[in-house]
Amino acid sequence: MSIQVWTYLLIGLSFALYIGIAIRARAGSTKEFYVAGGGVPAVANGMATAADWMSAASFISLAGIISFLGYDASVYLMGWTGGYVLLALCLAPYLRKFGKFTVPDFIGDRYYSQLARTVAVICAIFICFTYIAGQMRGVGVVFSRFLEVEVTWGVIIGGVIVFFYAVLGGMKGITYTQVAQYCVLIFAYMVPAIFISLLMTGNPVPQLGFGSELADGSGVSLLDKLDGLSKELGFTAYTDGKKSTIDVFFITAALMVGTAGLPHVIVRFFTVAKVHDARRSAGWALLFIAILYTTAPAVASFARVNMIETINGTDGAGTLQEESPQWVTNWQETGLIKWEDKNQDGRMFYSGDERNEMKIDRDIMVLANPEIAQLPNWVIALVAAGGIAAALSTSAGLLLVISTSVSHDLLKRNLMPNISDRQELGYARIAAAVALAAASYLGINPPDYVASVVAFAFGLAAASFFPAIILGIFSKRMNKEGAIAGMLTGIIFTAAYIIYFKFVHPELNSAEHWWFGISPEGIGTLGMLLNFVVALVVQRFTAKTPDEIGELVESLRYPKGAGEAHVH
Amino acid sequence: MSLVTSEKSKAYWKENLRLMLILLAVWFVVSYGFGILLVDALNTIPLAGFKLGFWFAQQGSMYVFVALIFVYIRAMKKLDRKYDLHEDDD
Repeated sequence: MSIQVWTYLLIGLSFALYIGIAIRARAGSTKEFYVAGGGVPAVANGMATAADWMSAASFISLAGIISFLGYDASVYLMGWTGGYVLLALCLAPYLRKFGKFTVPDFIGDRYYSQLARTVAVICAIFICFTYIAGQMRGVGVVFSRFLEVEVTWGVIIGGVIVFFYAVLGGMKGITYTQVAQYCVLIFAYMVPAIFISLLMTGNPVPQLGFGSELADGSGVSLLDKLDGLSKELGFTAYTDGKKSTIDVFFITAALMVGTAGLPHVIVRFFTVAKVHDARRSAGWALLFIAILYTTAPAVASFARVNMIETINGTDGAGTLQEESPQWVTNWQETGLIKWEDKNQDGRMFYSGDERNEMKIDRDIMVLANPEIAQLPNWVIALVAAGGIAAALSTSAGLLLVISTSVSHDLLKRNLMPNISDRQELGYARIAAAVALAAASYLGINPPDYVASVVAFAFGLAAASFFPAIILGIFSKRMNKEGAIAGMLTGIIFTAAYIIYFKFVHPELNSAEHWWFGISPEGIGTLGMLLNFVVALVVQRFTAKTPDEIGELVESLRYPKGAGEAHVH
Repeated sequence: MSLVTSEKSKAYWKENLRLMLILLAVWFVVSYGFGILLVDALNTIPLAGFKLGFWFAQQGSMYVFVALIFVYIRAMKKLDRKYDLHEDDD
């Protein structure tokens, strides 16, 4: 069967599965819609969290970024996994004990303030919206490459599917579809990785093959070969970085803390029955995420060696264009690989200096990998289905946080406290539909800055929510004045720094202009530190917290009596 | 709640914090320490085909993260039982 037929078949089957699950798990009450009734088993919740967390970016772009950046890309690996340790140890169990639905719920109740709640709602909506626009784009790209339809149709088809199960099923529907999506995406990621690891090193475990000797009988290890090739071609050695140590440190911290502060990740720990389960589901989630995240650097290094050898030839003299393999021609047609024959020798050449004749989009690495390694057609189709599963699961999770923020935090708790459960559910569905339509529009007409605003999402989550939640749990004395002042300082500082370097003066966006050599991607860490400092200072000079807040904080600390997530 | 002020629950919270800080120290050392600050020094040590610092940055730190959470789950379960604070149908 051709790739095309396989792709239609696998994507069609996976969609039928997601929709079937959604229909069976339809949400009837706000509690089921928001937190799946608070009764999801820990392992299933861990899997759903992992699928929710691993977006099209993790699935498609992560290995590509590592492939092109080498050691410097470790910030993403450590940053996007290390945050779960913070979540499991410092946030998840306590927020579960708190037992309401959303992050703004916690901020609003703990700091006895509508203002704090409103600040939190605005941040949550902004963060999720930034994120979801990128996801819809990812859906469009996968569709257009593998189904050969217009990106616009790709986004619309994806949007309709997400609408169907997120808006009808709520958190309950989403959780069980995400379990299925995790299985699809991890299978789709591992199959080609294992194939390629076997081909290149003879070791079926990519995580080990990554450090092994090449199977070509040269006796050279993969990473040594890669370091050698990189230096020869004028790149920095693969296992060595270009970024300064302080920048690597700050970016890693911003991503870790940002992960722990992302509302669509935190809300996951409200969906389990007990505090003990909240801890366990964080553990399972990280385990499931780590399977993909430890494979990605292996895939990245295999792909890089493969790519360089295909383009430059094993002798390093360049491959004649007419002899180039099929995958190069395929991707040239999409414009994601470009070749300009600068020295007129008819041979392609890729390097990091003036000899370079190639422009290669790093996002193609995972998608092209099975083609590069000449794997069977069904594997290529499987990768497409996996990419779509990753994009859909993340969009659905984000969509739910946006609709919850609007219907619950903004309407029920702020503007219209008297609406019934049914009405609230209705508003939640309307909000989800509007958010999805807006995100799809951005997916079809992406503004140039979609990629740069991702730094925003993490920076803001790190600089706003994380300190406010940590102080809310671990300090009984933290009052509303301190928390609000801290959050505002963190947000304004971080946003100003990012806007200045990304939008106002992008030409100044280089190490010599940055404060202390910290790039906009890492500035959320400084914003978070400022948030902590301001909050603690302001708290010393303002009123004490009311007694009942002390009791609330006290009750968070002991697991006994977590009960169900309660409706107020 | 009498539970709230009792010596027992204070001791529980103290042990909880201690455990958390120890685990976070490990978390910090493997990622920020081995993977970032000390990476150049560790890269001189080979480990099964990897340079050790690079291995921590792209593999090792993640394995340790997973292990840390499961250690925490077990330790907290024991702690909850020791102080009789575990959830009823546990």
